[in-house]
Order: sequence, then structure tokens, then C-alpha cells
Amino acid sequence: MTLALPPYARLLGVTVECAGDGPPRFLMPYGVAVMGRPGFLHGGAIAGLLEIAAIGTLMAALEGEAAARIKPVTVTVDFMRGGRERDTFAAAAISRLGARIANVEAFAWQEDRARPIAAARMNLMLGREYDTSLSPAG
Amino acid sequence: MPSAPDPSFDPARAGHLVAAHGHNRILGARFLGYGPDWAELAIDWREELVGDEATGVLASGPIIALMDMATGMAVWVRRGVFRPQATLDLRVDYLRGAKLGATVIGRGECYRITRRIAFVRGQAHDGDPADPIAHVAGTFMFTDVE
Repeated sequence: MTLALPPYARLLGVTVECAGDGPPRFLMPYGVAVMGRPGFLHGGAIAGLLEIAAIGTLMAALEGEAAARIKPVTVTVDFMRGGRERDTFAAAAISRLGARIANVEAFAWQEDRARPIAAARMNLMLGREYDTSLSPAG
Repeated sequence: MPSAPDPSFDPARAGHLVAAHGHNRILGARFLGYGPDWAELAIDWREELVGDEATGVLASGPIIALMDMATGMAVWVRRGVFRPQATLDLRVDYLRGAKLGATVIGRGECYRITRRIAFVRGQAHDGDPADPIAHVAGTFMFTDVE
């Protein structure tokens, strides 16, 4: 499976790995584009990575629904540890995928997945198109 | 104790410096101005900041980064001193997509400071402050207080 990332993800240098059946894993390499105060990543870059992971994971789950449109409604980001000058990973899990709304949680970590540096909860609006011929109600 | 105001602290100079560094520079952030408890920054629409190629609408990431910056600067402005702080949390409500090609202006306000925590809020708009595109609420923690 391939996942097309938006121009903003390319600006941050984010890449995605889709291995097997598991959720995709996102990588944001350390570089000047994600630098914040000296020695640390920028909170905005971490939040950007979390949003890319949340939306990308949702896109992967909606694969085949070419007409599905995703619009972020709210995001809450918790910053748990300072991000250091090294690669950052992220992955997301869909808590609920409804007809109109998806609730997604994303985590970012560096050397140890069990020690996240930040997490985000995102609520997104979906514009899914249904095959109404399958539904008796039409 | 919280740091005392630093008479040599120049918010405009600090704002321009921060905006020209690292991730902020990549976003093309510009410092616009400040008041007793607020700071204003802008990012111009650019193809590289787009989140949805079909519509050209800016990604939400640059907006959260802009608001993190604007609210963080508001804390420095209110304290009157440039001290280290870390974002504890930030919530963004995306009210609508930014207009295609429009500059996004973010205004952050620090409305309460305690010994270790600053409480912030802010709005982003694309020309008309009465018609915002995003609303944020968040907290910062001072990392130089035991």
C-alpha cells in the first residue's frame, strides 16, 4: 500500500512505512526544518507530525473510498517530553470510524516507543460516499 | 520565584529572532507586533504548506505551529523576560479552512500566569479578525522554576 503525503509533510521531511497489516509508521528526520529552541525540536513540528500521522492513518483505513474527504475539526496536543535532535517516529490508532466523524489518537516517540514525547487526540469530519444501492433505505 | 522582568528585554527584537529560526523560518513566519499580553505573527500561503492538494487549503500543522509561536511569545511579552518554557498542551479548533492564497495571522494572548504555568488563548484569521479560521487554548510550563 502506498500513502500520498501532502506538500507540508514533504516540507518537514516526513516519510511513511507501511509494513504488513499494521498501521503505518511515520518518520520525521532531524533537520533545520524542525528545529525549535537550541537543542530541542519545535513543538509545532511535533504537532505537525502527529497530525500527518493521524490523517495518514485515517486515509489508509479509508483506502478505496476515493471520494472520502477528511477535514480536521479539533486537535489537542499534549507535550510530554522535550524532543531532542534526533529522528522522531509517529503512529496513530483510530478509536472510532463513523459515517461522519473519526476519532484518532497519535503518538510520537524518539528512541523508545514506550516513552512518547507527545500525543494528540484528533476529531475529523468525513465526507464519505456510500453505495446506496446496497442499502434498502436508499 | 518567577523571574523578574528584564529591562533590556525587547519583545520586537526577540520576536523577529524567534521567527527567523529553524521551523519558524521554514514556515516563513513573520513577527507583526505585540501589546502588554499579546503577540501577533503571520505566515503567507505557500504551495509547500498545503495539506490537501485537491483544494490548496493550508495544512493544519502550520496553523498549530503559528499559534504555538504566537501564544508562547505572548507569555514572554507579559512576563517581560525571555525565559525557557515548554508547551504543556495546546488545543486547536479548526473553524474553517483558510482562503486560498491568503496570509494567515495568528494572535496569541497570555491571560493568566502562576508561579510555574502560563495560560494562553488565541485566534487565527485570514484577513478579518471577526471571522477567525482557528481558535486555540493552551498552557506553557516554565522550565527554569523548581
